[in-house]
Amino acid sequence: MSDATLSRYHRQGRRNSALVGVLALAALAALLLDLMTGPAGLALADTLKALAGGEVARGTSVIVWDVRLPVAAMALLVGAALALAGAEMQTVLENPLAEPFTLGVSASAALGAAVAIVLGLSLPGLPAVWSVSGNAFLFALGALGLLQLLGRIRGGGPEVLILFGVALNFTAAALLSLVQFVASADALQQLVFWTMGSLASAQWPGVMLIAVVLAGSVPFSFRAAWKLTALRLGEDQARSFGVDVTGLRRWTLFRVSLLSAAAVSMVGVIGFVGLAGPHIARMLVGENHRVFLPASLLTGALVMSLASTLSKTLVPGVLLPVGLVTSLIGLPIFFALILRGRRR
Amino acid sequence: MQGLLAQGISVRYGARSVLAGLDLPLLRPGEVTVLAGPNAAGKSTLLRAIAQLQPHGGKVLLDGRDLAHVPMRDRARLVGFMPQSLPAGSSLVALESVIAALRAGDTLGARGADATAMAVLDKLGIGALALEPLSALSGGQRQMVSLAQAIVRDPRLLLLDEPTSALDLARQVRLLSELRRLAAEGRIVVAVLHDLALAAQWADRIVLMHGGHTHAEGRPELVLTPALLAEVYGVEARVERCSRGRIMVLIDGEHAPG
Ligand SMILES: Nc1ncnc2c1ncn2[C@@H]1O[C@H](COP(=O)(O)OP(=O)(O)OP(=O)(O)O)[C@@H](O)[C@H]1O
Ligand SMILES: [Mg+2]
Repeated sequence: MSDATLSRYHRQGRRNSALVGVLALAALAALLLDLMTGPAGLALADTLKALAGGEVARGTSVIVWDVRLPVAAMALLVGAALALAGAEMQTVLENPLAEPFTLGVSASAALGAAVAIVLGLSLPGLPAVWSVSGNAFLFALGALGLLQLLGRIRGGGPEVLILFGVALNFTAAALLSLVQFVASADALQQLVFWTMGSLASAQWPGVMLIAVVLAGSVPFSFRAAWKLTALRLGEDQARSFGVDVTGLRRWTLFRVSLLSAAAVSMVGVIGFVGLAGPHIARMLVGENHRVFLPASLLTGALVMSLASTLSKTLVPGVLLPVGLVTSLIGLPIFFALILRGRRR
Repeated sequence: MQGLLAQGISVRYGARSVLAGLDLPLLRPGEVTVLAGPNAAGKSTLLRAIAQLQPHGGKVLLDGRDLAHVPMRDRARLVGFMPQSLPAGSSLVALESVIAALRAGDTLGARGADATAMAVLDKLGIGALALEPLSALSGGQRQMVSLAQAIVRDPRLLLLDEPTSALDLARQVRLLSELRRLAAEGRIVVAVLHDLALAAQWADRIVLMHGGHTHAEGRPELVLTPALLAEVYGVEARVERCSRGRIMVLIDGEHAPG
């Protein structure tokens, strides 16, 4: 009997791995769709040929490689980064409502961006095009450092961290209002646009940066998968299994903050993906983090990629801020899944 | 020196001292020790201190090794801990949670972990629950899974905080006889129990705690006396000796009939 149960368990494991594979394929398909969509629609064959470096019209090659691919890749990577960050955040803060921006990273990044846009302050030596992103990143990391410091003083339990995070959020938001108060109308509009989250200004160096941060943190995330799984059983349990919970929490928060700081500084504040991606993944594959983490990452990538396509097509001729679209398309999917889950 | 020695254990929460230099006798392999005592006596605190889950003063020696200085991973192999309250929310299935108990601290690689976890569930008679999500289990079922998590690493020392509190009659017997078996194989077993009848029947030794101190300790018939129970619980109790030396604790409280 136990053999039968065990092989059923392994079958479920294979099913979940297959689901992760399906998600990966879906994300790739969404990427292609994103590349084909735009003012000049491209056929699938041409798009693939252009990607492969084959013989296509010069215009097609330019559209695919220089115009659309950076944006599409950015969407995919930002979605992946935010959802992975959200999944880990929810586990280490033991809070299903946590998301990458819970601890004030986004508010601090917005403040950094505002300082750059409105006051024209930026790091010396940074090219002007990078001043906004660079500042946002710096402020986000500063918030993270402050939080780690405060957390260390008070032991770093989840409640304490969340409280500090909320305080940080409010402080950054207040300072942001102050900067907005003195901003010119022009700067203000730029700032509002930035905070809505937009892929329009995505460029290769930014894509590379996110790719590097993601590639650097994913192996550590996946290696911590069993430890994070154990933490779902309670802190005492995880400790008695031999998990250094304090260290796990500290390093995970570090990774999460890096991921969300990179994402927010490149494309502005994009809500929902970091919260819903993990929830959708959890409904699909459960909470074993060995599949839950990759599933979250891919769900986020998929949702963002679809959102990027929709941001071009929802209102013909207008490129909507992608942050609005994630909420618009994400919500119905999310509700449907919740309702389906209830019925089971 | 074989066994568990806890000496001068002190724990404070802020300014409040909960345990102030508590000593336990040497608990030897093969013995089942029951910690009993009123609510808030400090039983859970003591267990968590021994398991190194709680900052504390004093020394905890397991077979002569100071547990505080044993690296976390090795400690996980030596000590199994079952908490008093279990989080309800996880959608992990029971089997996964027991595998996590094996693999989270890298005590065991992928090879064999699944089968080992399954075997433990079977041994506890809950193999049928293996693929149920923890959130869908009853309180007692969850308690059995939690026991599986505690024993799956085959630890030398088992610390169990009220392991029977949610169990039905049959499961109580099953769990306690399992503890006896584990002890007989050379392990040290310490369990907090409120049910003194169960304690009398299954324990080699009872440690009666009161107000953060060891009030009395020894074999059940020496600890479960009307005088001691009155001192610790403030309850009038009769202690009857039944056949085969069994001890029964009978309460003649104001609501008891007759
Ligand atoms: N985290 C905490 N912070 C402050 N005080 C605590 C904490 N945990 C326990 N205490 C206090 O320590 C004392 C001992 O608690 P403990 O949980 O060890 O009692 P117990 O003997 O296990 O009781 P019970 O039988 O009710 O489980 C109690 O007075 C309790 O209020
Ligand atoms: Mg207790």
